[in-house]
Amino acid sequence: MSRQSLAKAHQKIQELSWEPQYHEPYMKYGTDYTFRKAQKKDPLKQILRSYFPMEEEKDNRVYGAEDGAIRGNMFRQVQERWLEWQKLFLSIIPLPEISAARSMPMLFHAVPNPELHNGQAIQMIDEVRHSTIQQNLKRLYMNNYIDPAGFNNSLRGFHNDYCGTIGRQFAEGFITGDAITAASIYLTIVAETAFTNTLFVAMPAEAAANGDYLLPTVFHSVQSDESRHISNGYATLLMALSDEGNRQLLERDLRYAWWNNHAVVDAAIGTFIEYGTKDRRKDRESYAEMWRRWIYDDYYRSYLVPLEKYGLTVPHDLIEEAWNRIWNKGYVHEVAQFFATGWLANYWRIDGMTDEDFEWFEYKYPGWYDKYGKWWENYSRLATPNGHKPIVGEDVDYVYPQRCWTCMVPCLIREDMVTAEVDGVHRTYCSETCRWTDVEAFRPVYQGRETPNMGRLVGNREWETLYHGWSWDKVVEDMGFVRDDGKTMTAQPHLNLDPKKMWTTDHLKRMGPLLSPNVLFNEMSDEQRAAFVADYNRQGPAGRPAPASA
Amino acid sequence: MTATTERPDTTERPPRSVPKVSFTDAEAGAKDFPDSDPGARHFNYYKPAKRKQTHYEDVTVEVQPDPRHYLSQGWIYGFADGQTGYPLNWTKLKAWGVDDPPPVRGVGTGGGGAGLDWPAHGWHWFRDPNEEWEQTIYRNNANVVRQVNQNIENARNAKAFDQWSRNWIRFVERSVGAWMHVEHILGLYVFAGNERSGPTNMHNTVMAVNSAHKIRFAQDLALYNMTLTEEVDGFDGTAHLAAWNDDGAWQGVREVTEALPAIEDDWGEAMFATNVVFEPLIGELFRSGLVMQAAPGNGDFVTPTVVGVGEYDYALRDLAWTKACFGPLVQDREFADHNRQVMQDWLSAWVPRALAAARTLQPLWSQPDARPPRFEDSLEIAKNRFSGILSDLGLETPKEVVL
Ligand SMILES: [Fe+2]
Ligand SMILES: [Fe+2]
Repeated sequence: MSRQSLAKAHQKIQELSWEPQYHEPYMKYGTDYTFRKAQKKDPLKQILRSYFPMEEEKDNRVYGAEDGAIRGNMFRQVQERWLEWQKLFLSIIPLPEISAARSMPMLFHAVPNPELHNGQAIQMIDEVRHSTIQQNLKRLYMNNYIDPAGFNNSLRGFHNDYCGTIGRQFAEGFITGDAITAASIYLTIVAETAFTNTLFVAMPAEAAANGDYLLPTVFHSVQSDESRHISNGYATLLMALSDEGNRQLLERDLRYAWWNNHAVVDAAIGTFIEYGTKDRRKDRESYAEMWRRWIYDDYYRSYLVPLEKYGLTVPHDLIEEAWNRIWNKGYVHEVAQFFATGWLANYWRIDGMTDEDFEWFEYKYPGWYDKYGKWWENYSRLATPNGHKPIVGEDVDYVYPQRCWTCMVPCLIREDMVTAEVDGVHRTYCSETCRWTDVEAFRPVYQGRETPNMGRLVGNREWETLYHGWSWDKVVEDMGFVRDDGKTMTAQPHLNLDPKKMWTTDHLKRMGPLLSPNVLFNEMSDEQRAAFVADYNRQGPAGRPAPASA
Repeated sequence: MTATTERPDTTERPPRSVPKVSFTDAEAGAKDFPDSDPGARHFNYYKPAKRKQTHYEDVTVEVQPDPRHYLSQGWIYGFADGQTGYPLNWTKLKAWGVDDPPPVRGVGTGGGGAGLDWPAHGWHWFRDPNEEWEQTIYRNNANVVRQVNQNIENARNAKAFDQWSRNWIRFVERSVGAWMHVEHILGLYVFAGNERSGPTNMHNTVMAVNSAHKIRFAQDLALYNMTLTEEVDGFDGTAHLAAWNDDGAWQGVREVTEALPAIEDDWGEAMFATNVVFEPLIGELFRSGLVMQAAPGNGDFVTPTVVGVGEYDYALRDLAWTKACFGPLVQDREFADHNRQVMQDWLSAWVPRALAAARTLQPLWSQPDARPPRFEDSLEIAKNRFSGILSDLGLETPKEVVL
């Protein structure tokens, strides 16, 4: 369709806008935001007559590439180090996508401007597309990659693994609680506008560098729908800003959503890109460099800051602190080290780091080797079973961390851990902002203002609690992370598929029981707890115990 | 300014930085180890409805998790009132197992996934008989769009609209025009509007797909209306608004249409009232019983093709999933009586309403010059169709419908 006829067609379909005459629609999803019913321009000008053939065309390219990759034996050059992390990533991402679809009705109910609903309904179909096209890619990997374990039990793994639960925030956060907090601020303003670049552009680039050109094909196709979604979010945000009564809530939600997205997405994608790659060219951008460009410059400087003049309070301090965590506090490195420490609790294999990797890390993050080098040498030393325990059970100068009650990533930047007692339970948090999120933001009153629609943080938020006192072999069996011989583990701390080099649940029998840091923390007396926290804050980097003398 | 820049000597160019390709042999079957058998290459976390796992199931089943299955840490966000995830009480209908207590998890309980009977409740057995997922959605809808466009384009080139009488022009601009609003409201505020509320990914995805059909159909009608405004002398492109807003013949239908998104907190009732009651008694009555029948006699061979693709979506796809969703609930091993009662109550509430609204459409039957079949005959066909759907579902036809 020509531009002109598209504009005319779009004009015409505005005549469909519904003004209820006999019955008001039932408003299922509540919000504490208020919206004035004002004429609003549909920012997208999307009509289905052009949308469906356009997407079908995009699909044809994706499926053509998939056929080609199989015919061209792509998997002969795919790096296993990379594809193993896709077992985690592709187990998580279809749920956020379908949850984005599920969040659109919340917007119909909360934002009374029918002009925007058309774009939201199209986004809903887009998200069904994204979820199923990604499930399909995972299925292709399962069928064609050397090791299907971890792909074949994908959603079971995702649903009962602590990493999956961390990732699930990036899904449940879109669809639960205050409709605008969830579907607009958390989903569109932060997750889609800020973080899809790292997810859907940076990740695919790294995939290609590791011999996998299907991930880029699928995810670029997904990303090409994203700009429309970003426009949806922007239009809603401007409407929210036009009512001064919303500004306090906007400030709250932007702080929460920004920090939670940073904690979750940077942990996962940062690890995939820095520790899942074999591409160690010095001129390839590090995750920190990409973050600076896409998130700091493109999102923060170019998108958020200009909104200040419309009355948005931008969380400058939290953006700087996120960068500080990535650049100075080693956030991504600490997370990757923790994933590798707990390799046995997951459903993918984690390759160790070699001298070539060390050199690259030292070049990109000066001082890296002094902090993390020794630990990764120990990781390789303990990689194949040889009378010792998995690294988590060996003395390698690593203190198993507390978990953050809010973001559920462990409190890895030890000096930043804070605590609170909520409903008689002592909770630990990775950062002051995560404490604030739980203790102040997700509450029915915020700074003296009633917020009756605000959601709650619920669930068994510390995974270890469920297995407190269990032996590790039973933990792994209970989660189902064993292969078809009933005992060889799905996860391995190396890439060697020689069965003699692979860990089985028998090897785990020599370990002590799994103990929940949070259960232990609550069993302490107040004095013990205070001393524990003081010691914890002096630990690190790289999980090292606190120095002997203060 | 014609200064030319010298090309640098190619030998001096720095080597291009590209990732190294290496032979990894990470192909299926390259080595033997636990899980390397071809038998390990299927999703082992769900049971297929039939013998073999289908492509549709692979991309759909269990994407939306359930605490009664593997979701060991439970839902992690709640609404203010404490509800989480996808509550099973967002419809009055029940599938077997829903009243059984969910697994209790806490200190030292384990994940709670081992030894659980699965599926834990009957909702998880639902499969979309159309097996819709990404590829089918775009393929089907793109085909429809192409077909509709071509038909209209051919008609335009053939000057097929020239033979329309004044009365037929009035009928199409007002009444076929008014119908776009019905489809739009159902698409956005009933189907999309309930797409967060279903208990499984299978349910919510069929609602999304059904929504896409409706929204597309509404737009097909709007854009057809636009073309007619351009092509047909005296065709008033705004008359559909006047009909929808003020014409007495349309107000009954409008009232019932608007009542569907107003259904409180029951996605099941919204789907049932729309696809089981409204569609056969009003939708098909108007689309098939009037427009498709009247058009040819009035020299219009185009409108039936535009309306027909929407009709086809309902008759072949949307009704199919609806039957597959509601039929088994009437036979449910635990809640058959409960569900039958709930659905009969819904029928008692919606059928008289739908029939009353259908009757208000009657004046439209006498507007075209070449008359369609009598209204009563069209209505009888609609009622028969409706009774047939109910008997497929195992429900009793309410007395209002018995002729
Ligand atoms: Fe998406
Ligand atoms: Fe945190």
